[in-house]
Amino acid sequence: MNWTSWSDFISMGGYGYYVWGSYLISFICIAGEIILVSNRKRTLLKQISLTKAPIKQERK
Amino acid sequence: MAINWFKYSSPASFYTLAGKMIPYFSVVASGLFLLGLYISFFIAPTDSQQSEAYRIIFIHVPAAWMSMFLYLIMAIWAAIGLAFNTRLSAMIATAIAPTGAMFTFLALWTGALWGKPMWGAWWVWDARLTSELILLFLYIGFMSLQAAINDPRRADKAGAVIALVGAVNIPIIYFSVKWWNTLHQGASVSLTQSPKMATTMLTGMLIMGLACWIYSIVVILIRTRAIILERERHTVWVSELQGSSQ
Repeated sequence: MNWTSWSDFISMGGYGYYVWGSYLISFICIAGEIILVSNRKRTLLKQISLTKAPIKQERK
Repeated sequence: MAINWFKYSSPASFYTLAGKMIPYFSVVASGLFLLGLYISFFIAPTDSQQSEAYRIIFIHVPAAWMSMFLYLIMAIWAAIGLAFNTRLSAMIATAIAPTGAMFTFLALWTGALWGKPMWGAWWVWDARLTSELILLFLYIGFMSLQAAINDPRRADKAGAVIALVGAVNIPIIYFSVKWWNTLHQGASVSLTQSPKMATTMLTGMLIMGLACWIYSIVVILIRTRAIILERERHTVWVSELQGSSQ
């Protein structure tokens, strides 16, 4: 275990800004892409099932 | 029993196959990410020269690898789509571009965040950095060209041209550190010589690289299925899809 304490882990040998900055931007990009692409598919499937749904089925 | 190689080249059958594979790939990807991050921060030792700043390598290098690798895969699918006029191949090429662009953006940014403490500069017009920036513009060019053309089939052909022409940039990026006198260091991992990295550091980086690769497969499969739905909306099999469970 390299870290003596939590604050030591955060400071990352004084380079915390740079290391956590790169991991934060990577997390944002990866999580963002997952959210965007699954939304894209969900809205598509909803549109498809809507265009197919008969008119009389009103929303409860 | 003759294998029908083209069974999964039809969008409909690929759609269901991809649907079955995505959950497994996502479990593997998240497992590898957790393992990779654990090794990167808790097992890999402190570097003698750079102390802790070097830990950016565990995301910078996999992102750079994926940015080049995905462009080549995109070019291959685009070439297949162009040569055999297969709709699905072009759809996969279109699905790859955003993920490739994301990893290129990440490689540039994590590189800048590493360069600032180590080189003292966010950006230098170095051969490796500049060719990687060109790669980002190529990805954006591919996506915007395809978006600019209404007819998907013509957009695929135009995109294929950019993908194939731009592929020459990949070896340039890879060998730039060898051909020119660059500030960016040379390859520390190669298939031929023994690695110049400590084993735990190397394993951490390779696991993160694998995690990014499987993650790309997951996202690209999801995006391909979305593109299939968009382009095949008029077909019978799409209209028979039952709600969002498919």
